[in-house]
Amino acid sequence: MIKSLKSFTYLLVSVALLIGLQSEAFAAKKSKTLKNTIKKDFVRCGVSQGLPGFSNADAAGNWSGVDVDVCRAVAAAVLGDSGKVKFTPLSAKERFTALTSGEIDILSRNTTWTLSRDADIGLTFVGVNFYDGQGFMVRKDSGITSVNQFKNGISACTNIGTTTELNMRDFFNSKKITYEPVAFEKADEVVAAYDSGRCDTYTTDKSGLAAQRTKMKNPDEHIVLPETISKEPLGPVVRQGDSVWEDIVRWSLNVMIEAEEYGITSANADSMKTSENPQIKRLVGAEGELGAALGLGNDWSINIIKQVGNYGESYKRNISDTGILPNRGPNQLWTKGGLLYVPPAR
Amino acid sequence: MNSKKIKNYLPQILTLLTIILIFGFFTFNAQINMDNRGIDFGFGFLKQEASFDIQFSLIEYSGTDTYFRAYLVGLINTLLVSVIGIFFCTIIGVIVGIARLSPNYLVEKLATIWVEFFRNIPLLLQLFFWYYAALRALPLPKDAVNFFDISYLSVKGWYIPKFVWTNFSIFFYSVIVAAISIFFIYRFAKKQREETGKYVPAFLLSFLTIIIVPALTFLIAGVSLSFEYPVLSQMTKTIFNFKGGVGIPPELMALALALSLYTSTFIAENVRAGIMGVGKGQKEAAASIGLTTGQILKLVVMPQALRIIIPPTTNQYLNLTKNSSLAAAIAYPDLVLVFAGTAMMQTGRAIEIISITMLTYLTISLSISALMNWYNKKVAIKEK
Repeated sequence: MIKSLKSFTYLLVSVALLIGLQSEAFAAKKSKTLKNTIKKDFVRCGVSQGLPGFSNADAAGNWSGVDVDVCRAVAAAVLGDSGKVKFTPLSAKERFTALTSGEIDILSRNTTWTLSRDADIGLTFVGVNFYDGQGFMVRKDSGITSVNQFKNGISACTNIGTTTELNMRDFFNSKKITYEPVAFEKADEVVAAYDSGRCDTYTTDKSGLAAQRTKMKNPDEHIVLPETISKEPLGPVVRQGDSVWEDIVRWSLNVMIEAEEYGITSANADSMKTSENPQIKRLVGAEGELGAALGLGNDWSINIIKQVGNYGESYKRNISDTGILPNRGPNQLWTKGGLLYVPPAR
Repeated sequence: MNSKKIKNYLPQILTLLTIILIFGFFTFNAQINMDNRGIDFGFGFLKQEASFDIQFSLIEYSGTDTYFRAYLVGLINTLLVSVIGIFFCTIIGVIVGIARLSPNYLVEKLATIWVEFFRNIPLLLQLFFWYYAALRALPLPKDAVNFFDISYLSVKGWYIPKFVWTNFSIFFYSVIVAAISIFFIYRFAKKQREETGKYVPAFLLSFLTIIIVPALTFLIAGVSLSFEYPVLSQMTKTIFNFKGGVGIPPELMALALALSLYTSTFIAENVRAGIMGVGKGQKEAAASIGLTTGQILKLVVMPQALRIIIPPTTNQYLNLTKNSSLAAAIAYPDLVLVFAGTAMMQTGRAIEIISITMLTYLTISLSISALMNWYNKKVAIKEK
């Protein structure tokens, strides 16, 4: 009897504990993400497992890339230090679960903005930091120079869980070509499969093809075909339901693009404080109270520009100078014929 | 009496209550968190169009089919590789297991090396070896390894001739008829032996039946079989592939190889344990009444050994089936890759899809278990 009494007590205690935990779950408050980020003193950012130019770690574990810079910009805006970011490398398959489950607070991992992702699975896309499109890579000696030369029975390697898989089907179906899709979980496995001749072509976003090409045994033996078969607007994603955090990430990215538009760079940001142009003064925090509207200090934007640089600097550092894509293409300011057009920060 | 009853039941009821509470807590918690994050829960997505293609499917499938159909494709691919794996691991396992007991020094040592080698390297590593090292090193289709101009092995897969049947259904029914006849032949043979002591060569008769009956359909029922051989065709200047025949993708080969070799070692050990578990006196007694070595093995040793072999072998079959989920590491489109991979990513329904996948594996495992238990009961000692 005593024994069962004892186990009964244990049970009571564990039930009580469970109920206690339960009420914790109810205590969810608004803009938890910002509060938690300030408390932790670092931004939790999900990136790729290594895509040169977008998010790639060097031998010492330092991350760089245009996707990485979005997270650094948020850290500069919120915490005043672009270095306070904890990067979590994620596979295409893991990325959304990591974000919705609260393991990370920003997903900046060359992720395509689509309706179903935006609306259906508890995510919110905050903008576009790279306009991309899906393409194909083939071996140069194959003699293929256009997707129109693809024939029945071609095998195509790609990543699972990406829009690439869907676009590929649309493309081959519309061309009435039968094909063998071979889908791997990691980008490196896809590249290895293509490199070994398991697949005749490798398909993913064109920027990804250009970046992976630099990793190949012999980059000159491969070409990216000129055709683009889809629209792939890539951008950072946050969890649905925290509009304050969503605004912070959106405007951190927008500030980088607008700073380029107004010619503000990491080098001249301080001197721009005395500019005649009120919009420039607003962007460097010398006029107006833009930071307060986001719940941040007024130096949020100048911190981004000084520590991370404007969009053009980030692009040059990560994508042009590394030889991945020499030209800006559509990722040029609207004033110079590109697609980068952001709402005014005012 | 009453207090004893309480003493017996109270802890059990409380344990059950706790389990229900814990389960309820997790469900409730998941629900609240999903609500907070704007994720809805439901299985309606299974009826939506999947809109992705799958490399390899035994049933008709295209991207316009539903997610449920994609689930079936993944499930069938999982079952396919499991069945192939179970088939080969059993054959190899029995041979190696018997070889380990061979009086021949070389045979015994080779079997021991086989077991120790394949048993002690992690399965995932073996899988990587077969897929990334062995099969990736095969030549391109243009220089494929040629087996008598009818079968080719290349980095893109193994191409074998395809059977082209006319009137296949007649042939199929004739095989069924033959199988039923064999059942009666054995029954007749047993009856004859028990009643008159006459020996009927049942095996020989069955063998002839299974050959002659289907063969007759070729002669009189218009059944015919021809082969469609794979032919190398040039796609572009340097890209070749095979047209016609049946292509076995390297992903399936690697997975089946790794699973059957790895699991064969455990089965070999089960077989060895089973045979050794039969008392020496049994064999000696059998020999003393003049049975041949073959008869001793077939009539005395094996029926007893099977009782020892089957329960642990069931475990190995279950392991093999569950291990087949490693397919995801090498792009074989099994249940995990297709459903818990692509489908999960395209729909974002992690909880629903993982639950379905877990339930599916549970069902497969329980079915194998039930089947093996039934067989185990059949060979168990029947107490009269």
